Amino acid sequence: MAPPPAGGSPHPYIPATESDRARMLDRVGVADIGALFADLPAAMVDPAIDLPGALTEPELIALLGERAAENADPERPNFLGAGAYRHAIPAITSHLTAPAYTPYQPEISQGTLQTAFEYQSVVCDLTGMDVSNTGLYDGASATAEACLLAARATKRKAVALLEPIHPGTADVVRTYARGAGLRVDVVRSGDAASSEHACLVVQQPDFLGAIVDLEPLAEALHAADALLVTMADPFALGLLRAPGDAGADIVTGEGRDLAGPPHFGGPSLGLFAARSVFLRQMPGRIVGRTRELHPPASNGDEPRTGYVLTLQAREQFIRRERATSNVSTAQSLIALAFTITTQALGPRGLREAAELSYQRAHDAARRIAALDGYEIPERGPWFSEFLVRGPIPAAELAAALRARGIGPGLDVSARQEPEAQQAVLFAITEATPDAHVDELVAALADIGGEA
Amino acid sequence: MSAPGPAGDDFGARLSFDRGVPGRRAVDVPPWRGEVTPLPDARLLRDSVRLPELSQGELVRYYTELSARNYGIDSGTYPLGSCTMKYNPKVDDLVASLPGLAEAHPLAPAAEVQGTLRTLAELSRGLGEITGLGAVSLAPAAGAQGELAGVLMITRALEDRGELAQRRRILVPDSAHGTNPATAAMAGYTVTQIPTAADGSLDRATIGRELDDTVAAVMVTVPNTLGLWERGIEEVAGLIHDAGAYLYGDGANLNAIMGRVRYGDLGFDVVHLNLHKSFSTPHGGGGPGAGPVCCGQELAPYLPTPVVTGGDDGLVRLVAPERSIGRLQQFGGNVGVLIRAYAYMRALGLDGLRAVSGQAVLNANYLRVLLGGHYDLPYDRPVLHEVVFSGSRQRRDHDVRTYDIAKRLIDHGFHPPTVYFPLIVEEALMIEPTETEPPEAIEALAEAMIAIAAEAESDPETLHGAPWTAPIGRLDEATAARRPVLRWQPDTNGGS
Repeated sequence: MAPPPAGGSPHPYIPATESDRARMLDRVGVADIGALFADLPAAMVDPAIDLPGALTEPELIALLGERAAENADPERPNFLGAGAYRHAIPAITSHLTAPAYTPYQPEISQGTLQTAFEYQSVVCDLTGMDVSNTGLYDGASATAEACLLAARATKRKAVALLEPIHPGTADVVRTYARGAGLRVDVVRSGDAASSEHACLVVQQPDFLGAIVDLEPLAEALHAADALLVTMADPFALGLLRAPGDAGADIVTGEGRDLAGPPHFGGPSLGLFAARSVFLRQMPGRIVGRTRELHPPASNGDEPRTGYVLTLQAREQFIRRERATSNVSTAQSLIALAFTITTQALGPRGLREAAELSYQRAHDAARRIAALDGYEIPERGPWFSEFLVRGPIPAAELAAALRARGIGPGLDVSARQEPEAQQAVLFAITEATPDAHVDELVAALADIGGEA
Repeated sequence: MSAPGPAGDDFGARLSFDRGVPGRRAVDVPPWRGEVTPLPDARLLRDSVRLPELSQGELVRYYTELSARNYGIDSGTYPLGSCTMKYNPKVDDLVASLPGLAEAHPLAPAAEVQGTLRTLAELSRGLGEITGLGAVSLAPAAGAQGELAGVLMITRALEDRGELAQRRRILVPDSAHGTNPATAAMAGYTVTQIPTAADGSLDRATIGRELDDTVAAVMVTVPNTLGLWERGIEEVAGLIHDAGAYLYGDGANLNAIMGRVRYGDLGFDVVHLNLHKSFSTPHGGGGPGAGPVCCGQELAPYLPTPVVTGGDDGLVRLVAPERSIGRLQQFGGNVGVLIRAYAYMRALGLDGLRAVSGQAVLNANYLRVLLGGHYDLPYDRPVLHEVVFSGSRQRRDHDVRTYDIAKRLIDHGFHPPTVYFPLIVEEALMIEPTETEPPEAIEALAEAMIAIAAEAESDPETLHGAPWTAPIGRLDEATAARRPVLRWQPDTNGGS
């Protein structure tokens, strides 16, 4: 970057010019900016720091354009899911998402607060829960917070995770559990959860795509005074029974994929909703509806409706070490995008999109199963992600697809489930073009022919 | 129907759900024309979803109206202390949205996402340079998660030293962000509060007394939440290390010192940063943020998974450190935010970052001088990025509270500062102008606050009722908490 003209502002992001600075320094009563840092230990001030030089805006756009081009072509067929799925996001979602900040001043933050109330309403209905917060970091950390809540509520020191569960989710639960001093047991059957456990965490659909019948699990857990925590894909909930209706006590989920593209995993959005009995144990911010204290003449002397952050006595900035969680900044902008997408789809659109994913994925599975040398391991009803066992080992199958310009699903052959042996996990959604499925089927046939 | 009803201007009474008409829709979904697979058993399915039914235009108008009922950093001065509300460069949003970066799948093989990984590697290296703590994980989603990571890293290190059972306390100053004690408790520690001395720095005598072999760490914010330099922190670091404990840094206030002094040089063992503050990624109405954690070689094996590293084959990869505390999120963090932060760092370079901290500090001091005499200044010395006034004089003499002053500032067109924090300052008004405000804006803010101080004397009732010009008046927060209404229900509304 060329040096700024003498006397100008140092950078487009910093308005004060040299003469502004001189005037301000004079008023403050110091000779130069360095004098304002006089309290700092002199021997450590202004160290050598090795950073690349500044870039102008066009240079920056060009640089990041080069970086984007170093990644794989985003338009090529790609069947990787395993926790991050591509959906058809309405154009209005990105158009309408404009950032502000934590609405500490409700009178001039009604946009953020009312939107958060809309979000809580959508999440409650999708999950079948009574109360929702305004969102946490991601589905996995929300699930970890659910485990901490369950441990507090039941006063038990162990939680159970039901396989198949996303390994990233299991890892995050272990990280959080270590701090809280909880034991984490990974179980292969709901029966393995016992009266020692605060809760059983069940992924819906499970990590390998199967739809879980939650009701018998909930009954068994409740008989043992334990809670059912369900980490559900909110998109799938357009079709699947609300976990709350099946007996879940806390429902978490990952909302990122209904907000926008995956961004290599984040920004994400942790859904967190619960039965009302756990309201005062919830982590994170909660927005409530209320009315004005002083009714204005403009509304016929009736108080108007407004929204505020509420039940804040749970939170870190008031309760400090006795807070229900340390969470402060979360993912509000992603929650806004999630809300707009789900409301734009509406009651019929969400169902249609979920059914389209189901139909398209099942049709693709049927076509693949009909190829010589391929099978789809049987594991009951599933949603839109499925296992494929081919004529060659899973790793080789994935590599062969990659060599043909197709992003394969996830190689899950190292997992313990019998159905995952030698299998690759493929995701197909409503947003997968028919032509990409055709290319996949043709490529698999080609690979099968060479085997 | 989205036209306002005859009842007046009660916009908030009608949510999207109330505005819908059965049969309308905002987007359509392609029909399935292939072979139909029967749906699973009905007991696994839902009957319906309760969502609004609006046309596309109606939905856009509703959310556009909502955005107009919000004050953001693009609306005007937003001097919310401790939050570093500065202008967010729009080019950062543009580059983070490039499809090649935005569409990258988190489980893609390293070779297919080298553009993303190289960017993250350079950001990691830059943050290591800026903090003087060269081992970095970008995984934490926000500051509080970065804190949890840092404290859990200390837990692992103590475990490996065989001292975890004995070191069960964490010392936290009484001026600390609430996240600090909340984090320590979440990680299973007991919190001991350290008072602030008369000069606004940590009380050295208490630290000396409390530091023993039951202390795991001391969590310190530099500069502290009073906007002041923590005098002698480098000596305190020595005392902490002599006692076998770790010095944790809350880097929320990095904006004051970027490029001028480094946490590592001062003796901090681990620090988290808030890139949505110092590196100006949009706060988004409360996120997403990014809270990377930086440490020295001793704690590096414990960093959260993943960390970015270059391999012998020239490929950049995500790896799990040897004794990692584990993952904090299912995938690798808020990468879209991290790319914005990288763009910010590259747009400024070292000279630009130094200009940022210098101007941020000058702006806070300019405001301190302009307002001096009109409001009490409990710690009257030059400040760094923010200045904390007290409204105690207005409360004592005129029964006007800081709450009223904040609400009246809305009528003057400003977002109010942070109020009632830090907790150790009575009737606190915590103001952080940031470097992106021009001097005229700081002068206008000072004039408004001086006018309000005069109004507190002449017309306190006007302050008690403020704001008068906002889209809505003061809200009944007590009833909101006592009888919570937390979601839309058909029967809790006045009708549609």
